[in-house]
Amino acid sequence: MSQLLRLATAGSVDDGKSTLVGRLLYDTKSVLADTLDAVHRASADRGLSTPDLSLLVDGLRSEREQGITIDVAYRYFATPKRSFVLADTPGHVQYTRNTVTGASTAQLGVLLVDARNGVVEQTRRHAAVLALLGVPQLVLAVNKIDLVGYDEQTYRRIAKEFTAHATELGYPESNVVTIPVSALVGDNVVDRSDQTPWYDGPTLLEHLENVPVHADAEDAPFRFPVQYVIRPRTAEFPDYRGYAGQIAAGKVSVGDEVVVLPSGISTTVTGIDSPHGPKQSAESGESVTLLLADDVDISRGDLIAAASAPPRLSDEFDATLCWLGDKPLRPGARVLVKHGARTVQALVTELRSRFDEQTLSSVDGPESLSLNDIGRVVVRSAEQLPIDDYADSRRTGAFLVIDPADGSTLAGGLVGAPLSQLDQPELTEADPAAQDLVSPGP
Amino acid sequence: MAETLAIADNLDALESEAIHIFREVAGEFDRPVILFSGGKDSTLLLHLAIKAFWPAPVPFALLHVDTGHNFPEVIEFRDKVVAEHGLRLEVAAVQEWIDDGRLQERPDGTRNPLQTVPLLDSITAHKFDAVFGGGRRDEERARAKERIFSLRNAFGQWEPRRQRPELWNLYNGRHRPGEHVRVFPLSNWTELDVWHYIERENIELPQIYYAHEREVYLRDGMWLAEGPWGGPRDGETLVRKTVRYRTVGDGSCTGAVESTAATIADVIAEVAASRLTERGATRADDRMSEAAMEDRKREGYF
Repeated sequence: MSQLLRLATAGSVDDGKSTLVGRLLYDTKSVLADTLDAVHRASADRGLSTPDLSLLVDGLRSEREQGITIDVAYRYFATPKRSFVLADTPGHVQYTRNTVTGASTAQLGVLLVDARNGVVEQTRRHAAVLALLGVPQLVLAVNKIDLVGYDEQTYRRIAKEFTAHATELGYPESNVVTIPVSALVGDNVVDRSDQTPWYDGPTLLEHLENVPVHADAEDAPFRFPVQYVIRPRTAEFPDYRGYAGQIAAGKVSVGDEVVVLPSGISTTVTGIDSPHGPKQSAESGESVTLLLADDVDISRGDLIAAASAPPRLSDEFDATLCWLGDKPLRPGARVLVKHGARTVQALVTELRSRFDEQTLSSVDGPESLSLNDIGRVVVRSAEQLPIDDYADSRRTGAFLVIDPADGSTLAGGLVGAPLSQLDQPELTEADPAAQDLVSPGP
Repeated sequence: MAETLAIADNLDALESEAIHIFREVAGEFDRPVILFSGGKDSTLLLHLAIKAFWPAPVPFALLHVDTGHNFPEVIEFRDKVVAEHGLRLEVAAVQEWIDDGRLQERPDGTRNPLQTVPLLDSITAHKFDAVFGGGRRDEERARAKERIFSLRNAFGQWEPRRQRPELWNLYNGRHRPGEHVRVFPLSNWTELDVWHYIERENIELPQIYYAHEREVYLRDGMWLAEGPWGGPRDGETLVRKTVRYRTVGDGSCTGAVESTAATIADVIAEVAASRLTERGATRADDRMSEAAMEDRKREGYF
């Protein structure tokens, strides 16, 4: 089991996300005295009688002035069981791009709702973004449970609605956990609450410590984007020629047959150098240097893959884009695509559909995609790219869309049609299975 | 046992991520440079860079922005490390900028904020396009918001609202002429991770990180050492204490902590039990206002 858990938070404005994160840090004793003193001082300056824990995390001047979170921030805390990297993402609609940022590497998403409001549009939107980006585990924190008098029925109703929504998005029920919490008071965040005797599940921290997480694509075929060619040409290492990179998926062992793409040349792995010296095998997530049997021409941007299960080579492919640019995307746009360690010129030739997070369905033939829109497109690249579907590999199925003029990041791209999995079929009376899907029964 | 495993697993993941970042910069940029002061974070950076390109030499130069208010032990260590690894070190000395009138000494005598101009001038003069720093997101609230690849404009400014989204492990290093990118391979490390890694890899550091006797005086609740930065002033008296440093920086604003931690293991125990953050305990400049670090970063500071 991995001992490092990467998680992302998401929720609407004023659902108390910063307070929840502050509470998690505070109750796990991850906040040190001087930081706490500063929060006490700042809270008193604002005329508050109790410390505002959200001030622990809202670090930018404008965030503190407005009392909102603008930008994704990363927090670190640890318990004897696990270390945590938490991407704390803002809830404002205009900052959905930060939710995408946090979710791209997360193994678990924590969504918040205000118990008084229940599941709202933003909850559905954020859950859809987490599902789209392949975040495997979901937690719904039903916050401010103290403000509904710790009412069990309110919690049950929200939990049921959310779980139904998450399963519609493709989550197995075992990967969706709901917890009644009060971030302000501290109920069920780290310490178990006396106020919710009807709840027998884990506290938020207990769940985070025990939830099983698998390293990305551990069992997938081997994928290795070549970042850099190491050629010392020194007296000690006159003939050393190693291919450096981080394993994007799968495992590799000395003796494995591999294929180099896009050239298609096959060869054998003769050595693996790691930060700890030579190894016999290495797996997903490790930064290593591969030595190969044949002196083939390989440079930055090439991909070394399992010969038995190589990715497909394509210069025209379907993709889902999370559009993050200020200028809208229109068909025919000239862009750069960064996939692995390779950056190529590309055209977005066609906009097929735009995702409507509210109805969880697609709108065909949009004229453009605007900031925060998610849509299906066709990409044509100037060179062939070795691609996998995002559903099969979060690393080799992902790419960046970059503005060739100013270098800004315009979109996160997902190869294949992951968006279509979120599309709900038209419901007809002749399809009872589909009916069951949206009404899970009493 | 479980705890030891958790730490090892975590350090391997952080090490792998940092090496990936170094190689990505080497592949994408023309003239990268590592900011190197001889402190623990930059020493760690250099250690990781050496691993990332082994058995080839590190393909980057080093740059030290020297305030002139250094601890002699640290400068000695800096020069020794540079010589040992056959590296190229550029030094941007604040004193030179003061001497030729491009900078003015501040009334309070601290030179830490004066580093920004020599840093930016050196980046321009050497045409550095990627600048590695040892900044960690756990240090400070404003740092917690920073990307691993952080684009700076021609004035070296950080604009938090216009940061690029950073997705998966795909880093966007594109920049226009005059712009540069600050790169933080240690973003996801905490102070404790740094010390655990120093222990695991047995990395040598300047001796001032470990307990020693030193003449210090108390100013604004911090133990400052005697030095060319002015002190003790009237009413401040030197006392001999057993101290160590948690960070090393400009001597005028970097305080020592009372400590008997003489080995790496002692330091780890002390840091794990400490109720004060690294910067809160030892950096006067962060105390100037609630958003002191953010304001300095907007001006181009690291």
